[in-house]
Parts: sequence; structure tokens; C-alpha cells
Amino acid sequence: MTTRAGANIRLCRCFILAILGLARASGQTSSPTSIFAPASTPAKSIYGFSLFVLAVTAVIFAVVCGMLIYAAVKFRSRSGEDQKEPLQIYGSDQLELAWTVIPVLIVIVLFMTSARIIHAVQDARMPAGTIEVTVIGHQFWWEYQYPQYGFVTANELHVPVSDPSHPTPTFLRLLSADTDHSFWIPRLAGKTDLIPNHPNNTWIDPHETGTYLGQCAQYCGTQHAKMLLRAVVESRADFDRWVSDQRQKANEAPDAQAEEGRRVFNSTACINCHKVSGSVANGLFGPDLTHLMGRETIGSGAAQNNAANLRAWIQNPAAIKPGVLMPSMKLTDKELDAVTAYMLTLR
Amino acid sequence: MASESVPISGSIHLERESGRTWLETLHEWVITVDHKKLGLMYIGLALLFLVIGGIEAMVMRLQLAVPHAQFVSPEVFNRMFTMHGTTMIFFVAMPVMFGFGVYLVPLMIGTRDMAFPRLNAWGFWITAFGGLLLYFSFIGGDGLYGAGGAPDVGWWAYAPLTSPAFSKGHSTDYWTIALLVAGFGSVATAVNLVATVLSMRCPGMTLGKMPLLVWMYLVMGGMVLFTITPLTAAQMMLMVDRYLGGHFFDTQAGGSAVMWMHFFWIFGHPEVYVLIIPTFAFISEIVPVFSRKPIFGYPIMVAATVGIGFVSMSVWAHHMYTVGMASYSNAFFVLTTLSVGIPTGIKIFNWLGTMWGGKIRYSTPMMFAVGFLFQFLIAGLTGIMLGAAPFDWQLGGSYFVVAHFHYVIVGGILFSLFGAFYYWYPKMTGRLLDETLGKWHFWLFLIGFHLTFDFMHIPGLLGMPRRIYTYEPGRGWEVWNLIVSIGAIVQTIGTLCFVFNLIWSYFRGKKAGNDPWDAWTLEWSVASPPPVYNFATLPDVKSRRPLWDIKHPEDPDWKYE
Amino acid sequence: MSAMPAALTPEWTLPSRGRIGMYCLIAAEAAIFTIFVVAYLFYIGKSVNGPMPRDVLEVPVFYTVCLLSSSIVIHFAERALERGQLGSFKILWFLTFALGAIFLVGTGFEWRHLIEHGLTISTNLFGTTYYSLVGLHALHVSVGLIGFLIVIAFSLAAKVTEAHSPQISVFALYWHFVDAVWVVVFTVVYIVGLRA
Repeated sequence: MTTRAGANIRLCRCFILAILGLARASGQTSSPTSIFAPASTPAKSIYGFSLFVLAVTAVIFAVVCGMLIYAAVKFRSRSGEDQKEPLQIYGSDQLELAWTVIPVLIVIVLFMTSARIIHAVQDARMPAGTIEVTVIGHQFWWEYQYPQYGFVTANELHVPVSDPSHPTPTFLRLLSADTDHSFWIPRLAGKTDLIPNHPNNTWIDPHETGTYLGQCAQYCGTQHAKMLLRAVVESRADFDRWVSDQRQKANEAPDAQAEEGRRVFNSTACINCHKVSGSVANGLFGPDLTHLMGRETIGSGAAQNNAANLRAWIQNPAAIKPGVLMPSMKLTDKELDAVTAYMLTLR
Repeated sequence: MASESVPISGSIHLERESGRTWLETLHEWVITVDHKKLGLMYIGLALLFLVIGGIEAMVMRLQLAVPHAQFVSPEVFNRMFTMHGTTMIFFVAMPVMFGFGVYLVPLMIGTRDMAFPRLNAWGFWITAFGGLLLYFSFIGGDGLYGAGGAPDVGWWAYAPLTSPAFSKGHSTDYWTIALLVAGFGSVATAVNLVATVLSMRCPGMTLGKMPLLVWMYLVMGGMVLFTITPLTAAQMMLMVDRYLGGHFFDTQAGGSAVMWMHFFWIFGHPEVYVLIIPTFAFISEIVPVFSRKPIFGYPIMVAATVGIGFVSMSVWAHHMYTVGMASYSNAFFVLTTLSVGIPTGIKIFNWLGTMWGGKIRYSTPMMFAVGFLFQFLIAGLTGIMLGAAPFDWQLGGSYFVVAHFHYVIVGGILFSLFGAFYYWYPKMTGRLLDETLGKWHFWLFLIGFHLTFDFMHIPGLLGMPRRIYTYEPGRGWEVWNLIVSIGAIVQTIGTLCFVFNLIWSYFRGKKAGNDPWDAWTLEWSVASPPPVYNFATLPDVKSRRPLWDIKHPEDPDWKYE
Repeated sequence: MSAMPAALTPEWTLPSRGRIGMYCLIAAEAAIFTIFVVAYLFYIGKSVNGPMPRDVLEVPVFYTVCLLSSSIVIHFAERALERGQLGSFKILWFLTFALGAIFLVGTGFEWRHLIEHGLTISTNLFGTTYYSLVGLHALHVSVGLIGFLIVIAFSLAAKVTEAHSPQISVFALYWHFVDAVWVVVFTVVYIVGLRA
């Protein structure tokens, strides 16, 4: 029977090693949010450190696990053996000392390496040329302010790629308008929380262009699950082009339906929450819509940004993201078509 | 077995005595101050809430088995994870630990009852009331605003999500008051445990001769006095904010959300040690008996436990590595967190040392104990990973943490509890739990546990945060979530075996006698179940294993200790 | 095997469970007060609007003297009971109660003064932390006063004798704790809080 105990234990070990192996593998292949595929200095520092920690704990596991298996199997009572009690040992001071000193040394090593990485990431100096973004967490969307360029956008963060030899990192100041949130894009950095009345900061310097995914990592209410993050890392040229686009006010509506949509938008409660630069809409509670069509998703990642989803969202946001704070506007079908057409002009 | 030389002083039946109505029996249990009955009631309460908490877990796992499932709404899911956590910690783990404590400690120290029997009863009933109040929220939580139901703020109830602005209706109030009230019960029972251990030991049982379980309940009781009370204070402050217009955690008025976190985790981290120390107590009783050797290094085990008690009060902010503390603060908590692993690791080595050179008998209690040792080792190692702050910046708040703490609580605490059930059920009821059913329970639960909680680490490593009612496809999380959910079903089946065993064996189990395991502590010297007065006469206590001395007069412990 | 006869057992004394129980209760209550004190200290100077402590607080010297001297009086009451001087005990016990009651009345006057000057629990961080901390202490004083009254009732019925000294001492521990907490609260609110 006890060989089954030993087999079960060996099975456990295989599980753990398989997990680590699979994690490494999956990090390199399919998951866009794996912590094992870092693309930015903070994430890379953590990754290197995590390999060290995993190695130390794997060695501890192998040694102790091995001894446990050995004891569990070797010292089991066998049937047919005499019923005398084994030698009664009460302890051993030398062993106690040994298995106290060795863990103390391991703790010291792990502490020193942790402290080094903590300092390197948290206390890093930002070079000249750093992009500054103020991130404000809302229930359940992200506001991005670019004070250096004087515009505000929402839900998609654009940053320039950073060349390791001449870094142009992005420094993110983290604030909250309501409850606690947490900014987590695993491939770019560890997570940092956004807490009202408690400004935080973090930084990223992505080394490869692309779109990086993440999501809010601190429970913030009903739709915490769909407060998704998208960071678009682009070449410097593309980034500058994006910045100048974002600084433009909204274009004039090109056709009658969009013009009608703008009229409906500006005369209903929409403007209480939303801002469209260059129009009377000046609300700050909801996302800035001036360049809505530049984003791939709506509802902070809840749905793809296309005409059908836009219309469905405006008609009843709760159908796509139940618990979202935007109410259904109760517009007629004609008004819905018009407003959607207006939205589609906001590039 | 040496039961012939140990006095057995009468017995009492838990079944209805002839001539008593069920109403009289019910009355007896409701008004009782007997520590054994109260212990059983605590354990019964915990088992009831274990089933309810398990159902809440199953609801969540069914929702998360596939991405974008529509099994439950986000509102319901958020209530499920809040209630699951709150129930499991406050109405399963705490009551079951107190239950075993108040049952066993007087028996192990050779006394008649706890120091304060009426306080013991009060502690139980107010805990039960707290549980009732918490669950009343499902029907009563719809305040005047129609926004309510059970609490949905997470079991940590972070501010300002719990402020009146973001938590309308009364659901949060049910959370706050139910736990406040249950907390008073916990403190009362802790006072009782400390006073019992210090003031009620039988002659000859010095502190150095108490069973390790008694030492560990002494430390646990002392810890509860300083652990639950910060939460009590914080909950009072939350009530001031919600009902009297106070601003303790009102960020609009300059209040601090981080202060709630500090207060909560000053409770929350030592709390998990409050739960694990009785676990260690069970293992420290079971492993020696089934290895047929005394515990290896008793004095170090005591020192390590006391050390854990103190050091664990200094580690709390490892739950707050991501809130923006200064780098030296983060580093300090890394040091204390890793340090608490040292006495914990020492204990694993001592249990290993106990098994080493023994003659291990693999009855069901020992199987669960060995399972505990492996799983607790792994849980401790993932804890070390999370204790290293930079790693936690990625893994904190993710399913890696959920996997870690369930590894401790289910793989560690629950496995040890199952072992304790199989070990002491015969003493409590007079009948052994069925060994075959026990082995079915063990293997089913082991397989289910590993399916769920081994694979749960992976979505965390791949970026899946916790407390989300659904998740996006294409992030590599789908297959792991499905396996995790399947494992939950297997665990449920295993638990059903256990519940069936508890009931079936009560009526049909083999009679146990007073000492079925050939053990060495005082509870095994009385009948099973013990008479209401526990001891008619006490064996001579000259060592840590009084019954060993009786059974082995040629080689007693007191010659070597 | 029976227990060894009393003549052969060495004396086996353990601490009194009442005292241990009260020490444990005091430890738990001290932890609760500590959290409120920490909140008070942390929020000093952080209120976003007035009134501020300097604007409205008056240091309650007389009432503090009353409360702290009640610790001395209760000590003499305990000694009196131990010596069997039941008459002195009743007087000293009642005097302790009276001093505590004066303190509580004083707190009431102070709060009335503060409310008249615009400070309530919901006014600002100072109001919230002040009323919570002082109020929690006043609650513990009130519980103590109820305990005093119960003992007074029993002693008037001639039920309290020197055999009850241990229980009276255990209760006195609670009262000393209440006074000690006031020393801390006084320092934090009227010294540290007023300096900042």
C-alpha cells in the first residue's frame, strides 16, 4: 500500500516539474499575457529574478521531497515483522542546528537578491526623453492623460518603443477616481495599484513593437473582469503621428446623418459624461470620445470597435458589460443610427 | 494494546438514553456547557458551512470552466467569491479549530472542563449567530435602495469599495456585523483556551510535559487575542463611516484606503497562522503515534511555534507589495516573510525526523498526514516565491496566489483536519471510521485536489487575475480552467465519501475501545466517548507520554527527557 | 493506579484562571485601542477642513485627575476588603465609582462644548478619530461603572466578604486598564495632537 504512497508522491513531483516546463513553454508560444515572455526592463528584471527563485525552491523541493519519500517508504511497518517498538529517539541538537542554519543562509541570499531588484525597479531614474502619462482608474475603464502633449484619451495606451541603448521609457503616474484598481500588463511590468488619494507610479520601456494585453488586477466592483488593458507600442514616428492626431479637435461631421447624430448627442445627457474636443460635450465622468475610432475596442476591451457593437452599446451598455456605469440612453432607432454615424466620424 | 492496565471510569452514550424524548436531548445540547458537546457543536457548525462554502466554490468553477460563460451573472459571481472566502475562514476554519481545541485540551491536560465553561458556550452560540447573520444577507440584504443581497466586496472588503458611495444597500453591513459578532466569540474562546492551559493542568503536567497539541493551542489562543482584534477595530471604524458619517476610510475627505489594508492584513496574515498552528498540532500528535516514535525535538517544536507566533505578526504587508510602499518598506517585509519560513521549515524537518527510523502504520490518519507533509512543503515554497516582492509584483493578485493559499488551506489544513477526524472520531463517538471508505475518500480527494490546485498555478503565471467572473479567450487560460473545474467535481465526490463515512460509522462502525491507536496522551486513557466528568482518576504524569510510561514500565520516557 | 496521596505530592499551584482570563481580555482590548490610537496619530494634521484640535479642544485636567486617582482609591478598597474591613471597603468602592462617574460626566460636558463649536464625528478626520477613540474609552468606563454598581448592590445586601477579594482584584485589574488607556489617550489627543 505504501508503495502507492510513494508513487503518489512521485506523481506530485512530476506535476510540479510539468507545470514549470509547460509554463516556460507556454510563455514562449501562445499566451499574450505570460510573465515568462517579458518585453520591457521591469518585466525582464523580474523574469531573471524569478528563474533564480524557482531554481532555489526547486532544489529545496527535490531534497526535502526526496527525504520524505525515502522515509515514508523505507520506514513503513511490514506485515510479519515483530511488534516491538522502534528505537525511541527524542531529538538531535546537531541536526536541529544544521537545519536551522541552512534555511537562514537561504533566506539571506533570497532577501539580498530581492532587495536589489526592488531597488532597481522602484528607484530607477527616468532619463530625459521619458514619456509621461497619467493613468486614472475608473469603474470600469482607463483614462490616459498625456500632460506633455496636452490631450486626454481612454482605454488604449500608446507608447513609443524604447531602444535599450537610448532608452525612451514611459513613466506612468497612477491615480484613481473611485475605488482601488491595479495596472497589470504582464509582459511589460509587474502590477502596481491605483488607489484614490494615494498616487503611485510605475514605468515601462518596451523593446518590441506590438499590442500588449493586460487587465485590472484589483477587484473594483461588478465589471472588474472586463476592465481590460491594451498598450500599443509603436515606432517613434508612428507614435508622434498618433500624438498629433490625438491633439486635433474633432472633425466636422461629413454628412447629414452624422450631423443629426451630433445634434442628438449634444442635446441629451451624453455630454454630462463624455467629452468631444471642439464641441460642447465636456463631461469628465466617462471616457473622452474625441478619437474613439482610433481604438480597437470599446468598453475598455468588452467588444470590438465596429458599427454594430457601437450601436448595441449605445442602445444598452449593460447587454455587453452588465454592471457598467453608463446607463441605457433609451434612444429611438433613428436616433441610435444617427448617433452611431456620428461616433464613426470621431477618428 | 495496554488498555487493561488503564482505568476506564464508566461511559456515557451520545444516543438517546431510554426514556428521554428527543426534545429533552435537544434541550440538553442547547443549554450545555460541557466542553465535549460544545466541541462537537463547533465541529458540526463548521461541517455545515463547509458544505455551503463548497457549493459556492462549485458555482464559481462552473462559471469559469469556459471563457465568457453565462452560468451566473457578474453580480452573483462576485457574491459567491466574497461569501466563499468569508464562510471558509470565519465559519469553517475558525470554528473547526476551536471545536477540536475545546474538545481535546481539557482531556489532554487531565482536567474536567475548560476554565470558563459558560464562556465556552457563549463563544459557540455567538459564532453560530454570526454565521446565521451573514447568510441572512441573501434574503435580507436588499436595503431600502433595492441594491443588496449578500456581500460582494471580497472577503477583505477593501475601502473605498465598502464606503456608502460604492456599496449601497446593506450587504456590506451584514459582512461587517456578522464578523464583528463572531469575532467576539473567537476572542472569548481564545481567552478560555489560554486560561485553561495555564490554570487547569493536572498535577505533574508542567508546561514542558504538555502534549504539543496543548502548546500549540496555547500559542494559537494567545495569537487570536492580538489577531482578531485589529479586524474588530477596523470593522468598528467601517461602521462609523457607513452609519455615522465618519471618514476613517473616506478618501474624498482625506481618509486612507491603504490604512484599511494595513489594519486588515495585520489581522489577515496572523489569522492564517492561527489556522495553521492547530493543523501543526494535529500532525504533531498523529505522526508520532503512527511512526511509533516520540516527536523529534519537542523543545524546538515548542520554540518554533512560539517563534512563528511572534514573527508572523511582522509580515503582513507582503499582501501589499503592489500598493506603492517605499522600496525599503517592501524589502523589510520580504525579510520578515522569508524569515517566518525558517521555524516553519524546521517543523517539517522535525516531522520527517519523527518518521525516520520508525515503523510507520498507514492507517487513514497517517495517509492524510503524509499528504499534508508533501503539500505543505509545496505550499510553503510557493509562499517563498510570493514573499519575494518582485516576483509578487507579477504573481500577486493572480490565480497563482489563489492556488498558493488553497494549497495551504486545502492541501495543508484540510488534509490535516481529515486526519484529525479519522484519528479522534473514535474517541468522540466510540466507533472507528471505516478504513475502506477512508481510503476511497483519501485517494479521490487527493486526485481532485491536485487536478484543481496544481494546475491552478498556471493561469496565474499566464496573467490571469483573481476575482473575475469571466475571462477572455486567446490568453491561454482556457484548458487550465477546465481542468481546475473538473478537479473540483472529483473533490466533491471525495468529500461526499467522507460525509457518508461520518454518518454510516456512527451507527455501524467498529467499536473503538478507549485506545484504538495504541497512543500515549491522556485522552486515550478514558472511555470512548469519555464520561461527562472525563477522569475518575488520573494516571501519573511524569513525562510527555504518560500512557507510554504505563505501557512500558521498563523503559519510561521520564528517564530520557 | 490512583493519584498519589496528598501528603506525598509536592505542592501543585497554577495561576488563578480569573486573573489569566482578565489579562487575556486586557491584551485583546489593548490591541483594539492600539488600532484606534494608530488611526488617530496617522490622521493628525490631515483633515481637509476645520475645526482643528487647537480651535476647540480644552485639556480636561480635573476630570483626568479624578479618573487616575480612582486607581489609587480602588487599590485601598482592595486592601480594605482583604483585611475584612467591610465598612471601609464599601466607602472606598463607592468613592472609586463616584470618581469614574465624574469623569464620564466630564466627557459629556466636553462633547457638548465640542458639538456647539461645530465638531461632530462626521465633520472631518479629527472629529471622526477623536469621538471614536474617546468614545470607545468612555464605553469601557461605562461598563466598569456598571460593574461597580453590581458590586455595590451585592455589598449592600451584605453578600461581599473578604473571601471575595480575589474576584474583586480581578475586577480592579480591568479598572486599572481603563485608567492606563486614558493615560495613552490623553497623551495622544491632548499633548501630541495639540502640538502638531
